[in-house]
Amino acid sequence: MKVVVDMNKCQDHGQCVFAAPDVFSFDDAGRLAYVSEPDEALRAEVEEAADVCPLQAIRIEA
Amino acid sequence: MIKLPGLTGRIVVAGASMGGLRAAEQLRAAGWLGSITVVGEEPHLPYNRPPLSKEVLAGRAPFESLAFALRDSVADVEWRLGTRVTGADLDDRWVELERVDAEGTEGAGERLAFDGLVVATGMRPRRLRCPGPTVGRHTVRTLADAEGLRTELLRPGVRVVVVGAGFIGCEVAATAVALGAAEVTVVDPEPLPMLRPLGEVTARELLRRHRERGVRFALGTGVTAFTGDERVTGVLLGDGTELPADVVVESVGSVANTEWLAGNVLDLSDGVLTDEQLRVGGLPHVVAVGDVARFPNPRYDNVPRRVEHWCIPGDTAKHAARTLVSHLVGETAGPAPFAPLPTFWSDQHDFRLQSFGAPVLGTGDVRVLDGDTSGDVVMGYHRDGRLVGVVALGGRAAAGAAVRYRAELLRQPALTAS
Ligand SMILES: Cc1cc2nc3c(=O)[nH]c(=O)nc-3n(C[C@H](O)[C@H](O)[C@H](O)COP(=O)(O)OP(=O)(O)OC[C@H]3O[C@@H](n4cnc5c(N)ncnc54)[C@H](O)[C@@H]3O)c2cc1C
Ligand code: SF4
Repeated sequence: MKVVVDMNKCQDHGQCVFAAPDVFSFDDAGRLAYVSEPDEALRAEVEEAADVCPLQAIRIEA
Repeated sequence: MIKLPGLTGRIVVAGASMGGLRAAEQLRAAGWLGSITVVGEEPHLPYNRPPLSKEVLAGRAPFESLAFALRDSVADVEWRLGTRVTGADLDDRWVELERVDAEGTEGAGERLAFDGLVVATGMRPRRLRCPGPTVGRHTVRTLADAEGLRTELLRPGVRVVVVGAGFIGCEVAATAVALGAAEVTVVDPEPLPMLRPLGEVTARELLRRHRERGVRFALGTGVTAFTGDERVTGVLLGDGTELPADVVVESVGSVANTEWLAGNVLDLSDGVLTDEQLRVGGLPHVVAVGDVARFPNPRYDNVPRRVEHWCIPGDTAKHAARTLVSHLVGETAGPAPFAPLPTFWSDQHDFRLQSFGAPVLGTGDVRVLDGDTSGDVVMGYHRDGRLVGVVALGGRAAAGAAVRYRAELLRQPALTAS
């Protein structure tokens, strides 16, 4: 699966990091980092992350 | 005849905002294969409300950016938009509908039968009942509200009075200052902004930050009347002062949209009361989600409360959908009791308030956990010596520090366990 975060929208709320820690994390500078092609097995986690993002900045493409 | 559970039948979702959408998605995720009809009074598909008092008001977010993405799993959901639910019989299992549009109402009295019902009708702003003109007085709940208010805030030299220093009032005041309003004054009968949810120490710091950024406050006094003939020109306060005002924003709390449930022997005294599985009135085929649901939280003291936080529609929908679907397909065991960790944020000026847990339960014992009060700070809220909530105030560093305490909150034993 393919994940895209609109970094213009993202405001570092970190909700995605709680929901899908295998895919989303904060780097040392406190900026969001993420795996753009996570394993299909993580789909439920990633969907949860997309749901809980306050800015609705996470898109799942395919 | 063998009835295939979950394949036939209809679930009606009343309310087409975030709670209604998340309910539809979660019903599918819980295995419901029957039909789903979502009925909503607003003309729009579900959209995100938090930007209404921030980015939308500031002109930084067009409507297209607010609409929630619709997943494939809800592609076959029937949306009855611009339609109000006017009544319901929970035993006979039907709701009564009425079309609403700019011209008025039509088709009143159409009945729609259901097997399961999700109550997701949310809240509407409470209005002030004071004498005086009504033109120039605004609330912020819907897109139409935000667009109407924005037009008025852009008038040159505009003087704004915000009544109510809750989070929506504080956000609107901050946005109005950023838009260049000549004067922005927040009025509240309490001595500090957001005092009830945040407690004194944090509220005092919030007040200082707002004042520093140009917001004025008239605290410890309420509004008694609006002055002006056709349109508001001022606000009369209980202490006798009159504030000149071109625009008034009323952010004095909200009222639950539950009138349509009247006549069903339910506790509708403050939203709709549910049990720990989010069932309404003890009925296994009716659940409630979102702002309107008053649910007990066994993580804390089990006292049923409504929680008007953005995370709640999603959390409640996930749980309520499992409760409802397991009943409708004839499973006996429902999910474990609902015990969410509430999270909340509010963006004001250049800082963010970020909260985890239930600080409101610990305002009697607030300690600085991290940072210092006048900068980036994390406050811990305690009840019976236990951490029940954290609130971060400041920039990214504060929010980041608060995250560390979230895990600690999740580890705390339930308050009821003492
Ligand atoms: C301006 C604003 C800013 C916010 N900012 C934040 C924030 O920064 N952080 C945060 O955590 N939370 C915030 N919130 C709170 C959050 O948006 C709400 O908790 C959330 O919208 C609740 O969703 P809901 O679906 O339960 O209710 P609602 O969004 O109120 O939706 C209920 C829907 O039901 C419809 N309806 C009502 N009665 C009927 C009827 N009889 N028939 C049919 N339809 C009906 C309504 O038209 C509405 O569309 C904010 C809220 C507002 C209004
Ligand atoms: S939840 Fe959304 S806003 Fe927050 S860090 Fe993740 S993508 Fe960014």
